[in-house]
Amino acid sequence: MSIASVFDIALVALILAIGASTILVRTAFAAVVMFAVYGLLLSIAWVRLHAVDVALTEAAIGGGMTGLLLLGAVARSRSDDVDRVRVGYPVRLAAGGLCALVVAGLAIVVLHPPAAVPTLAPVVMENLPPSGLGNPVAGVLFVFRALDTLLEKVVVLLALLGVWSLAPDRAWGGTPGLQVYAKPDPPLIFLAQLLPPVGIVFGIYMCWVGAKDPGGAFQGGTVLAAMWLLVIVAGLQKAPAISRLWLRGLLIAGPMLFLAIGLAGWVFADAFLAYPEGYAKPLIVAVEATLTLSIAVALAMLAAGPPERAQQQ
Amino acid sequence: MNAATLFGLCGAALVGIGLYGLITNPEPLRKILAFNLLGSGVFLLFGMIARRAAAAGLGGDPVPQAMVITAIVVAFAATAMAIALVQRLADETGRASISSDSSDAVDGEGKS
Amino acid sequence: MSLVMDIWTICAVSAGALFFLAGTVGLLRFPDTLTRLHALTKVDNLGLGLITLGLLPQTSSLLLAVKLVIVWLLVQLSGAVVTQLVAGAIRQHGADG
Repeated sequence: MSIASVFDIALVALILAIGASTILVRTAFAAVVMFAVYGLLLSIAWVRLHAVDVALTEAAIGGGMTGLLLLGAVARSRSDDVDRVRVGYPVRLAAGGLCALVVAGLAIVVLHPPAAVPTLAPVVMENLPPSGLGNPVAGVLFVFRALDTLLEKVVVLLALLGVWSLAPDRAWGGTPGLQVYAKPDPPLIFLAQLLPPVGIVFGIYMCWVGAKDPGGAFQGGTVLAAMWLLVIVAGLQKAPAISRLWLRGLLIAGPMLFLAIGLAGWVFADAFLAYPEGYAKPLIVAVEATLTLSIAVALAMLAAGPPERAQQQ
Repeated sequence: MNAATLFGLCGAALVGIGLYGLITNPEPLRKILAFNLLGSGVFLLFGMIARRAAAAGLGGDPVPQAMVITAIVVAFAATAMAIALVQRLADETGRASISSDSSDAVDGEGKS
Repeated sequence: MSLVMDIWTICAVSAGALFFLAGTVGLLRFPDTLTRLHALTKVDNLGLGLITLGLLPQTSSLLLAVKLVIVWLLVQLSGAVVTQLVAGAIRQHGADG
């Protein structure tokens, strides 16, 4: 057995243990902390599966952003004093048995792959050069399955609309209730002053390098969103009221540009979301740059939650 | 057994763990967590499929990989929406649990 | 030359891993949060520092080496700040706050 497979087995054991503990620990706070650790371990698993783009997304969004979102929810709910309703023992046993059946079914599928594994990798590599991109995953996201990526942006916007519309009437158009610390500590302010310049450069770099290496709009946008949230949490800048025009403009800029280029594809190329010959690379870079900004704003506002205070004039 | 199969089995087990948590835990926040766990298990199954389909000099099939990236972002958006819903529910009702009052054993269908 | 580099890498990374192990044992075994934090700082400073130093000779380009050092510095910064924040929270609210 090679060192790599020993590492893989240890990693899987650790992922399963941490994953189970997010379910089994008593307090919600401990569960959320476990979940953040779980996200980071999972991103190592993605590296082992040779999917570095996915690993970056998982670490940034799956572990980091979701962890932040859940931590904020725990801090706001403070549900420690809730009478702990426990599900009865027979139900747990039945649920456990049924879940074991599901796992067994999936395991059978995993252990019996089809004789000829279907793959689209050769087709992707064959058609990648005309787009000018070097990263096949970026090629799939922005060329071959651009419609998916466009619709995904719309889903994120819809989710944000949903979150916003859950605000009480008096707070509509106001500022999100992202107020973790009443009085931020000096170390946090120090970090919020020192880190954002580095983080912004890093986010832009991730977006730029995504054309030929792992990285891209999602990952870069998440880093930018994290920097913005850090500045807000440290109290250096207020969270914007959601009625601000610039905020809404930034939110829709990326998807709108994407859609406009897609529609132009009907005129200048032969299909919706098709890029005209020779212009693919600059168009994709333009879309990706604008999308990075839109994603950053959308993710940050999603993490900040619904508006809670009316807008102060 | 190769690494792809190993991580595929890990994904299968995570689906089971997530499903169990989703059914047995009455707190909505914990249900959301469990649902994320279930989702990441499914993503790992996709990762296994991508890795097995490695060809043309790539470490994996980029199509499932790109789909997982999209899925992770959508899962985050859904989680944010679910948390906002749960918080609004808690604000309105003052309860942090969606378990029914009459019986503490029936909570199976109460998905968050 | 490359043999010397390899030996250096093995020694430094092993020593770093040892600090990771010691820090983790401390995290699990120490009685209260402040002493556990103390154990974790050893992991951040010495463990990761030694591993970075050990990996530097294995990098193929200068850019890669600079990236490694930047990662190390960023972890140093965030580790130090988080430790301060946790310790400050304990001082304000007590260990369970």
